Amino acid sequence: MILYDYILSPSCYKVRLLASLLEVPLEVRPVDFHPGREHKSAALLALNPAGSIPILVDGDLILTESAAMLAYIAGQHGPGWLAGSNPVDIAQQQQWLAFSHRLTHALGGARLVEMLHFYGDLPALQASGIAALRELEAALFARRLSGGTFLVADAPSIADIACFPYVALAPDGSVSLDIYPSIRIWMRAIRALPGFIEMPGIHRLHELAPDPFEEASL
Amino acid sequence: MMPNTMRDAWYPVGLLSGLSDDGKDSQLLGEPISVFGAKNGRPSVESAGRTLPVVERFGHLWTSLGSPNKDLFTIPEADHPERKLVDVGVVRVKCSPLRAVENFLDVAHFPFVHTDILGAESHPEVSDYKVEIRDDVDEVWATKVEFFQPQAAKSAGGGITTEYMYRVPAPTCAVLYKTCPPRPGEWDVITLFVQPLTEDLCDVWPWMALFDDESSMTDLIHFQQLIFLQDRSILENQLPKRLPLDPAMETPTRADLTSVAYRRWLKRHNYTFGAQLVAE
Ligand SMILES: N[C@H](CCC(=O)N[C@@H](CS)C(=O)NCC(=O)O)C(=O)O
Ligand SMILES: [Fe+2]
Repeated sequence: MILYDYILSPSCYKVRLLASLLEVPLEVRPVDFHPGREHKSAALLALNPAGSIPILVDGDLILTESAAMLAYIAGQHGPGWLAGSNPVDIAQQQQWLAFSHRLTHALGGARLVEMLHFYGDLPALQASGIAALRELEAALFARRLSGGTFLVADAPSIADIACFPYVALAPDGSVSLDIYPSIRIWMRAIRALPGFIEMPGIHRLHELAPDPFEEASL
Repeated sequence: MMPNTMRDAWYPVGLLSGLSDDGKDSQLLGEPISVFGAKNGRPSVESAGRTLPVVERFGHLWTSLGSPNKDLFTIPEADHPERKLVDVGVVRVKCSPLRAVENFLDVAHFPFVHTDILGAESHPEVSDYKVEIRDDVDEVWATKVEFFQPQAAKSAGGGITTEYMYRVPAPTCAVLYKTCPPRPGEWDVITLFVQPLTEDLCDVWPWMALFDDESSMTDLIHFQQLIFLQDRSILENQLPKRLPLDPAMETPTRADLTSVAYRRWLKRHNYTFGAQLVAE
C-alpha cells in the first residue's frame, strides 16, 4: 500500500495514524505540498484529479478520500474499528465521516491561511469551525453521560480517527480548544491508544509529573 | 517607538522561486510592503510608494526599510557546489520574531520538543560550551555545543553525539552549523530567517545547505518542516509574548548562555522590535 503523504497534512496523518494503531505497514511517498505544490502537478493530478492528498494506492485500487482509506484499512486489518451490524451505529459512523469534511474545510482551511499563506476567508472559516466544534462538544458530552468515551458505540472507530486531527490542530488556525472539556477528554483517550503516533502540533501523552506531596513527605 | 537600528537591518521577504509578478502584500516591522517578482525585470519591494533596497541571496529575497550600513551577511560554507540548497518554505508563527530566533539557539529544548529525533528524554544534558559576542564581526557565536541525538539529520542512521555551532549575524537571523553524518569534517548549515511582521507575529523562512546524496529534496523539506512545526506549537504559547530584555529577568543556566548573549547583543544595539524592556 502506497500513501502519497505530506508530513504536515492532517488528512494524511489520519491514514498514518490508523495504520500505526493497526500495525499495518505503509509505503510512504512524500509529496512536496508546500512550498512545491506537487499535489497540483500533472503526475499527481493524473492519480487524483481533485488535486488533493492523501492518495492511497493498493494494486489497481486508487483512493483519494481519507474516509474511504480508513474504511479500507480497517476492513482488512481491524474490523473492530468499523461500526458493526447495528443500523444506528452504522448510520452514526457515516454521519461522523461526513462531518469530518466540515472540519477539514473549516478548521483545516483556517490553518492553511494562518500557517502557510494560503488564500481564504479566515473569519468565515473560523466561524464555521467553531460551529462544528460546538456540535462535537455537545455530542461528546452526551456520550459521556451515557458512559461512552468515543463517538460511536463502545470502542474507538474510524469515525474518531477521521475527526481527531483537524480538531486537535484547531489552534493552528487560531481557534482555541480551551472551552471544550468533552473534546479535550476525548482527544486524551485517543492519544492514549496503544500504537498512537504524533504529528507536529499533536503530542504524545507524557507521564504525569511526580506527585509534589510525595516528595515533600520523604 | 521602534529604534531606527532595526529598520536598517536586512530581512527575508520571500522565496526567489515563489515570487509573484503581480505582487504580494506583506508587512515588515509593522509597515505594509509589497513584494514583486519580475515586475521590472528583477524582484523588487515597495513600501508606501518607496522602492526599497533588495538583495537576492540564500534562495530568498531580502529587503530593508532603512539604509543598511553593511551588506547582508554571507555563509561561505554554503557556497560549496556539492551542497543541496533547500528552500523549506514559509511558516507563519504567532510569536515575537526575537523569540523565534531565541528558541532556535537553545539546544536544551530538543529532548522535550523534538523527542526521539533531535533529543532523547533520557539524555537531556547540555555539556559545557563557549559563547561570545565577536566584536570584529558584530555577531553572537556559540561553539563546542555537544548533544546526544537519536536522529540528528535525515541522513543519520542512528543515535550520535552531534557538535553544533550557532551564529546570530542579524537581529532576526540565526545560522547553525552541525556535524554532518555522511561527511565527517564538514558542517551542515541550517538557518532560520525571520521576517518580523509585527511585534508578536512573524513569517519564518527556514533554509538549509546540506551534504546529503541519499535523501530527496522533498524528504529534506519534510524533515525540517516537521522539526519547525514542533517548535511552532511551543512558540505560540510562550509568555510573556515579547522577549524580555530586562537583566533582572535573566536566569543564566548553562543551557541559556547563548540566549543570554543574544539578549545582551539585542539590547546593546537597541534591537527591540518584539522585545519587552521592563517586566510586566
Ligand atoms: N480528499 C479529502 C481532502 C483532504 C484535503 O483537504 N487535503 C489537503 C491537504 S491536508 C489538500 O490536499 N488540499 C489541497 C487542495 O484540496 O487543493 C480527504 O481525503 O479527506
Ligand atoms: Fe526546536
